[in-house]
Amino acid sequence: MSLVTLAWTVAFIVIAMVISLWQKLNLERDLAISAIRCAVQLLVVGYILKVVFGLSRWPFTTLMVMLMWSVAVWNASRRGRAVPGAWWKVACGIGLTEVVTQGLLLGLRIVPATPQYVIPISGMIIGNAMVVAGLLLDRLQAQARAQRDEIRTWLALGARPTQAGRGVLRAAVRASLIPTIDSTKTTGLVQLPGMMTGQIIAGADPIQAVRYQVLILFTLLAAAAITAMTVGLLSYTSLFNAYEQLRFDVELHR
Amino acid sequence: MQPPSPDSRGAAIRFDHAGAAVLAGEGNHDKVRNGEEGGSLRWLLRDVNGRVEPGQCVAIIGPSGSGKSTLLSLCNLLRTPSAGHVFVDEVEVRAWRPSELRRRVAMVFQQPVMLPGTVRDNIEAAPRLHGLPLPDARELLERVGLFASMAEQPADGLSGGQRQRVALARALAQRPAALLLDEVTSALDADGVRTVEAAILAWRRETGGTVMWVTHDLVQARRVSHVTWVVLEGRIAAQGETEKVFASPPSEAVRAFLAGAQRPGQGEDTP
Ligand SMILES: Nc1ncnc2c1ncn2[C@@H]1O[C@H](COP(=O)(O)OP(=O)(O)OP(=O)(O)O)[C@@H](O)[C@H]1O
Ligand SMILES: [Mg+2]
Repeated sequence: MSLVTLAWTVAFIVIAMVISLWQKLNLERDLAISAIRCAVQLLVVGYILKVVFGLSRWPFTTLMVMLMWSVAVWNASRRGRAVPGAWWKVACGIGLTEVVTQGLLLGLRIVPATPQYVIPISGMIIGNAMVVAGLLLDRLQAQARAQRDEIRTWLALGARPTQAGRGVLRAAVRASLIPTIDSTKTTGLVQLPGMMTGQIIAGADPIQAVRYQVLILFTLLAAAAITAMTVGLLSYTSLFNAYEQLRFDVELHR
Repeated sequence: MQPPSPDSRGAAIRFDHAGAAVLAGEGNHDKVRNGEEGGSLRWLLRDVNGRVEPGQCVAIIGPSGSGKSTLLSLCNLLRTPSAGHVFVDEVEVRAWRPSELRRRVAMVFQQPVMLPGTVRDNIEAAPRLHGLPLPDARELLERVGLFASMAEQPADGLSGGQRQRVALARALAQRPAALLLDEVTSALDADGVRTVEAAILAWRRETGGTVMWVTHDLVQARRVSHVTWVVLEGRIAAQGETEKVFASPPSEAVRAFLAGAQRPGQGEDTP
């Protein structure tokens, strides 16, 4: 595809912006920024990947993965403002997820250990883990607010934070996994996943493309579960302070 | 009926210049708390002094919004004192392990919340948390004037008055040394009020437990308490033997409150 053809796709952004203006959604700025960022980021990544694949060296691959990991951690932990130390908890969660899933894929020789496989698959794993971690932190706080009376009741009965927060943890982990599970359930029926679509458009055999897609989807399910559990377990007791009070319950106290 | 004299198994609760404040208006709460940024405070309670003896029953009365619930929440560390100290059994509340303090000092909230599960699950919640022997839920329910058969009902379908009584039974099940009661009879009819009062006083008699009882009902306060504290605008405006406080209020403001709240239609509990 030529750059000129690509330029035409700006028309799609314009459609979205017109709708935004017309319905006063106030999203024009966000749309423009996201379109520009998306285009620039992907183009840059494309050239970097070209170089890295050409060099085919492990240090560069590792560096790329670390970079993805950092950006993902930075992005997801913004959702956890009320959770102290959210960034290192997210870093552990996404890191562990990448190590376990990528370790299994490579260790069991499911995919070959070359940058062409490791980098894109890591990208999908880390990207999905980022979304799940952000969602989890968000749900954790929202659930705690929604259940504050119940949590306070547990505390008054003498429950420790681990006990009083258990219900919130469970609800948040569930909520953060549901999108991944639902999209896995309907794959192929509602939407053809991006990677498969890309491969097919690029001329790959659909059957091959499907096999890789199944592999990815299963990996992403595991990745979502590991991220949600890790970040959840590390974070849920920090909804409470040292006096075992709900943090946001007392944030106005002095 | 005056409750008989207390024995020594209840908790002693002592307030030493205790206060509770919230940040008023906007501002970065963390910064104001750390003193990096100025911010004004609103004092909900100021300079509270006083001692509740083990086994005593103290009635806490005062107009709506005067700080009665806040006072109770300082005793089990659901709120941290913003000034001064609160001692339970002569240990500062912040030095207690919070869960142990809250097991010993039980609280029945103004608007009780039922935990998921059956009524029995609610009553057994605290004993399970603390590894205590499970109580006889049916007997506890009967004690607070409910049918024993209610134990197996789901707790979320209960009426306001039923919830209040289950919450009381749930608090008694944690074998506390003190009970913090916040308007525990506000949703009950006359019969229910009598049963619940009797259950609380019987508990106090049997265990020697301490009671801090917030109520809007001044007649109830006189009926059940040894000592009465009157809270006006965040300060303890009167404190002493119940009959003395009612017979000779120490100030005009207290007298006006006691007279006003006793007028028909004014001393009623808010729904
Ligand atoms: N977390 C909080 N933030 C801000 N204000 C609060 C907070 N908690 C309580 N208040 C305020 O503190 C005051 C005292 O509240 P409290 O609940 O102790 O009153 P009360 O005497 O129990 O009233 P009532 O009889 O209506 O239950 C009220 O003005 C209330 O609005
Ligand atoms: Mg109150």
